[in-house]
Amino acid sequence: MGFSLPIIIQFAYLAAAALFILGLHNLNSPATARRGNLMAAVGMFLAVAATLLHREILDYGTLVAGMVVGACIGAVAARLVKLTAMPQMVGLFNGFGGGASALVAIAEFWRLQSASALVPGDTLCTILWGLFIGGLTLSGSLAAFGKLQGWLPGRPVLYPFQRSLNVLLLALYLAGSVYLMHGVLDPAVFTALIALSLLLGILLVMPIGGADMPVVVSLLNSLSGLAAASAGFILENNILIISGALVGAAGAILTRIMSKAMNRSLFSILFGTFGAAKEDAAAAGARTARSIDPEQAAMMLAYSGTVVIIPGYGMAVARAQQAVRDLADQLEKRGVKVKYAIHPVAGRMPGHMNVLLAEAEVPYEKLYDLDDINPEFERTDVALVIGASDVVNPAARHAKGSPIYGMPILNADKARNIIVVKRGMSPGFSGIDNELFYHERTVMLFGDAREAVQGLVNEVKQL
Amino acid sequence: MTEELMMSFFVFLLAAFAGFEVIRKVPPTLHTPLMSGANAISGVILIGALIVAGHADWSLAKVLGVLAVILATINVVGGFLVTDRMLKMFRKKE
Repeated sequence: MGFSLPIIIQFAYLAAAALFILGLHNLNSPATARRGNLMAAVGMFLAVAATLLHREILDYGTLVAGMVVGACIGAVAARLVKLTAMPQMVGLFNGFGGGASALVAIAEFWRLQSASALVPGDTLCTILWGLFIGGLTLSGSLAAFGKLQGWLPGRPVLYPFQRSLNVLLLALYLAGSVYLMHGVLDPAVFTALIALSLLLGILLVMPIGGADMPVVVSLLNSLSGLAAASAGFILENNILIISGALVGAAGAILTRIMSKAMNRSLFSILFGTFGAAKEDAAAAGARTARSIDPEQAAMMLAYSGTVVIIPGYGMAVARAQQAVRDLADQLEKRGVKVKYAIHPVAGRMPGHMNVLLAEAEVPYEKLYDLDDINPEFERTDVALVIGASDVVNPAARHAKGSPIYGMPILNADKARNIIVVKRGMSPGFSGIDNELFYHERTVMLFGDAREAVQGLVNEVKQL
Repeated sequence: MTEELMMSFFVFLLAAFAGFEVIRKVPPTLHTPLMSGANAISGVILIGALIVAGHADWSLAKVLGVLAVILATINVVGGFLVTDRMLKMFRKKE
């Protein structure tokens, strides 16, 4: 496809690239973010409209039909999805992008293969790379979707020889690629490579557990960008390369923020799962947690000066965000200062808690990041932990043997009182017991997050 | 390696650096919208799909291309709309 595009298409692509960059830049601030998203959408519209002027495009009917079908599905999905289901929705969209990239690579291979012309080595090379990234992104995203949706087990699914098997499959992919580049374009070998790329994506995501999902979702986001860029290499199309690189960078930044927030390297998240934590059973058994009833908890909250709410995945599962907001309203009516402390990896995707609280119309100024809220816990009367566990476990600070050792946590244990809303005493994702639950200033309020918080709202109202 | 491919590498490199610089300071509040907005942009693969699917004659390549058009359009339209839906909710103090 090494012919030059008409100048009008080139200019439209240039404008689209500028709009994508400006749009992403505007996504940096809540005040301009919506405009940024709109700018990117306009850029996309320009790029797509200009592409239709491409002289190789002859069959408009089919294309328009395909786009109408896709647009309807996309619009309906975007409108109907519940915000608690955002992680799987983003995962699924990621997968579709990766799948489209893989399909473009496969289609180009078939076109070249059936034309039986001599295929230049670098074209074939970009096709094989594009298939690899695209296929991996598709199946990996679908596996992540399955886990987040609850269709697949959320816990790490381990299999024997995990690393060796992945390396072997990777080596097979490389061997197949080399064979294709040096021999005939054997469709059977190419088909095997398609299967390999899909298999690798599934094997990569299955061993990763629920709490590591924010990292995986961002990584797949980055990969979907790289997949689009790879297709740009195949088709020698700059706008694909530029947008792909931008998305790749955005995903990479989020991936880095997420793994930093867990104090684990990307490699250890992908290839080393949490070892089965060997708790000192005797020590754990000797400790007892104190439970509290809703009435007492409500009194504690209502008569305090400052309350910091720490939401976790449990709030998302129970869809308790509105109840949490109601509680905050009731407390504020009584003059209590309420703040929210958000851990970067709370939930199943970057910013998960922020989106849920935004849905409940909590102003974003009330949400505080790790570094901003931690110094304040010493002056906090009640830290209210709702469905969070590992992100408030003090073991991360001192227990050298613990799998979460070194992870920056919210210092809820520094507060004067701690109320933990939780279904039961089961440990968090990491499988380790939470010291906070046995803390001398901690009381447990057992129950489903939404019911428990609604109970608190009612009690506070009656005071 | 052809000159075109080499040029493509330069474009990729510069765009990746631009992306890092432009997005580096995103606040946690916007992590999800940034991700889904970027995700919608990665649906730009729609362009590639259009080129592949636009050929006049029906072939396996074209069928795959049309499938790619559908998937990529879901990604683009769904991605931008859902991002907008989220951003609409982010508000300052009332």
